[in-house]
Amino acid sequence: MPDFTPHTDDEIAEMLAACGLSDIDELFDAVPEALRLAGGLDMPDVMSEPDVMVEMNRLAAANSGANLICFAGGGAYDHEVPAVVRRLGFRSEFVTAYTPYQPEVAQGVLQMLFEYQTLVARLAGLAVANASLYDGASALVEAANLAVAAQRRSVLWVSEGIHPTWREVLRTFAKGTGHEIVEVPLRNGVTDWLAAGDSEPAALMLAQPNHLGCLEDVGAAADLAHSKGGLCVVAADPVSAGLLRSPGDLGADVVVGEGQTFGTPMSFGGPYVGLFATTLEQVRRLPGRLVGETVDTEGRRAYVTTLRAREQDIRREKASSNVCTNQTLIAVAFAIQLSWLGTHGLREMALRCARGTRYAREALVAIDGVELLASAPTLREFALALPVAPATVIDRLAEEGFLAGVALPEARHHGPGLAVAVTERRTRAEIDAFAAAFEKAVA
Amino acid sequence: MAGIAGTGRSIPLMGRESEPTIFEISAPGRKAATFRTTGLPEWGAEELVPETFLRDDPLEVAEVSERDLVGHVTRLTHRQYSVDLGAYPLGSCTMKYNPKLCDEAAGLAGFGMVHPSTPAEHAQGWLELLVDLEARLCAVTGMAAATLQPPAGAAGELTGLLLMRAWHDHMGSGEQGSRPRTKIVIPDSAHGTNPASVTLGGYETVTVPSDDRGCVDLAALRERLDTDVAGIMLTNPNTLGLFEEDITEIARMTHEVGGLLYYDGANLNAILGVTRPGDMGFDIVHMNLHKTFAVPHGGGGPGAGPVAVGQRLVDFLPGPRPVAADGGGYEWQTPPKSIGRVHSWHGNALALARAYSYILACGGDGLRRVAERAVLNANWLRHRLRGVYDVPFDRPNMHEFVASTSSLKKSSGLRAVDVAKRLLEEGFHAPTTYFPLIVEEALMIEPTETESLQTLEALASALEKIAQSPEGAQEAPRTTPVGRVDEARAARQLIPTFDAR
Repeated sequence: MPDFTPHTDDEIAEMLAACGLSDIDELFDAVPEALRLAGGLDMPDVMSEPDVMVEMNRLAAANSGANLICFAGGGAYDHEVPAVVRRLGFRSEFVTAYTPYQPEVAQGVLQMLFEYQTLVARLAGLAVANASLYDGASALVEAANLAVAAQRRSVLWVSEGIHPTWREVLRTFAKGTGHEIVEVPLRNGVTDWLAAGDSEPAALMLAQPNHLGCLEDVGAAADLAHSKGGLCVVAADPVSAGLLRSPGDLGADVVVGEGQTFGTPMSFGGPYVGLFATTLEQVRRLPGRLVGETVDTEGRRAYVTTLRAREQDIRREKASSNVCTNQTLIAVAFAIQLSWLGTHGLREMALRCARGTRYAREALVAIDGVELLASAPTLREFALALPVAPATVIDRLAEEGFLAGVALPEARHHGPGLAVAVTERRTRAEIDAFAAAFEKAVA
Repeated sequence: MAGIAGTGRSIPLMGRESEPTIFEISAPGRKAATFRTTGLPEWGAEELVPETFLRDDPLEVAEVSERDLVGHVTRLTHRQYSVDLGAYPLGSCTMKYNPKLCDEAAGLAGFGMVHPSTPAEHAQGWLELLVDLEARLCAVTGMAAATLQPPAGAAGELTGLLLMRAWHDHMGSGEQGSRPRTKIVIPDSAHGTNPASVTLGGYETVTVPSDDRGCVDLAALRERLDTDVAGIMLTNPNTLGLFEEDITEIARMTHEVGGLLYYDGANLNAILGVTRPGDMGFDIVHMNLHKTFAVPHGGGGPGAGPVAVGQRLVDFLPGPRPVAADGGGYEWQTPPKSIGRVHSWHGNALALARAYSYILACGGDGLRRVAERAVLNANWLRHRLRGVYDVPFDRPNMHEFVASTSSLKKSSGLRAVDVAKRLLEEGFHAPTTYFPLIVEEALMIEPTETESLQTLEALASALEKIAQSPEGAQEAPRTTPVGRVDEARAARQLIPTFDAR
């Protein structure tokens, strides 16, 4: 019988006897008779490994989307994941370890996280980063909670340039915390902070680049946030950081992001990794785990999770975050990929994305009826207004072998649109073929 | 007992030499990355982005060869304990063996290469998998429907509390009175995530004590239940590894005041195929797929924390949800009164695929065997260690039990932390220590179903040896990659990045 338990019948009998029992059902005597599940679980019987793989291959093959040439982004991007990341990131010492509660036998994971924290802090231009959160949206929620706690205010000015789904997650969790969210519209592709009204915000929250692909004036937003007595929270794309000034250098107090871009395939949306960095001033409000360097009894360099008094298992109802499980394995892949890219490669990757983006943008806006949705400068993604409903264009192009982009809902100062992303994996030939198919799809 | 092979003890970890950081290995000009040949024009940065946005100097990462990188990371893996290396009896964490089959299944390109916004028509395999996984999780828990979005147990807890809030808001000024409910009842043995989630859910925690049998004190619960109570969060079996025998009465009492019951699924492994939270009266259930359904823990994550609910809460679930379409195939639907998204996309999809392949492989009977053998292993170990350590609640337990060094501390100064560190020297991971909070010098031991009798005996022998020869335990561990780590210094002189050194 295929099984992941090692017990032989003789051993089961021996172990039951040692417990003073004669039948395995007696182990569950504490479960009241009325609650016992008669007849077992309503589920098919065991399957052998090859049979499971046949079924899983059938399901995988039913995802025709895996073969589409990808021009979709919206927080999930089709970047190259090199062999070295796949081979090293999935070593079972990382995959099958638990949270490093016993640092003496967890230096591998702890040091990888220390390096990850260093890399995230550098990308953000801030002093400290945590050991990862679930995804970009959860990092945004935690940033909101930090700002509200730090500034003792409950209003958040949230740019509509932050991905609509991330904002939806923020609204969902605000039902519990009671934060008041003021959504601030985009005008000509960038946040129109003047439309925010006159409340006193705990934070201004914006994305760089935003979900139309446009570049925001982070420095101005940070200055405005500070003049209003709030913090500046930036959801920054880590690939763009290869070319752009770091938000922290421009005055941001908290930088969050989606780290899927380095080391993790698109994976139908998860598991990804939420990046979270902030200033030393806010370190005691940092959500999740933090790894710090220290020494062992012999003075040797060692790493350990630190400032543990912030965390839920110690502070319980007084904790400002309930995060326990995080995304360590994805953070490890992130660190390995970024180290593989190196200083030169990070810049090169961002540059290649920007080149493909410009080339595709020029090719697509040359099509009759296709226009840019916003005029502000872009880097790795751009938004189009189309003569046909975006969902229809996406469906038509999927038939031609392309995932055309992510449909954008109508907003206060622009109509519905399509966000097109181009990564370093896209070739000129692919973009030319895409543009030709696009022309037919919008005709 | 059969031979000495297969004891599941680790070989001593290698990696006694500390490993420099990647930043110290870095050499200016060294490169590893390569890129696709694209044929695109080689525009410079200033031709692509207005100069005001551009950084002045490249962002410094590290400059290493691929070979340097591989050596660095591989040496770090030699400084890391893992389930694949040996037993990991970490109570409440269910560190079972993670079948390799599940890695292969979830690693198929047909799952990994799908963008999450792909139209449903082109992701039918994914939607079918999610729909069937949901059905199987509902079969296991006895619930009506589930959301697969929450990426971890704590995220599931908060999702569950928001569902409670939505339910009570919906009930509005019903017969239970119009004042909004403000409190959630939690036992004193609960995981820390419970009260933390309660606070983030906008509620106030009311603690109910355990009785002398280690279960919820019914009289004390009765005193705390009124129409201010939105619900109660329980783990069953609880964190002492004991089944809450009065659960049906607890459910009746809570429902009577209009409250809902939330099941913390951390210990679901103990009852698979034996009993179901839905049958006990729970309204909301989260599962930790990284505990019960063998998704590996990844050094701290990712996990997955689906939340299942009873029929009356289905319309409130987060959306969009994958469902079977009327005309065949699968589509996304958002429930009419949805609390909204709790994840950027569809949850930790690849973790869900791993769990699905594990459930397929086990089948209904196999899942029942998981519970039987997990409970058998834990009871055997309790009997074996009884008399060596204190067992404060020494009666039949489920998948785990809590021992204590309370007497040993008085006689020889041996604390729980010393046992933990000594056990590392013996080649095992340590149990959970100092939890639950209601047991002093607690050692919370969960052997899981995947460890053999030989491994359990080796673990018990090591624990016995530690109790009988406690001298020098304060200096342990001495054979691990580093010795006892100075945690106080890490907090006092904070070095959170290489640049802070």
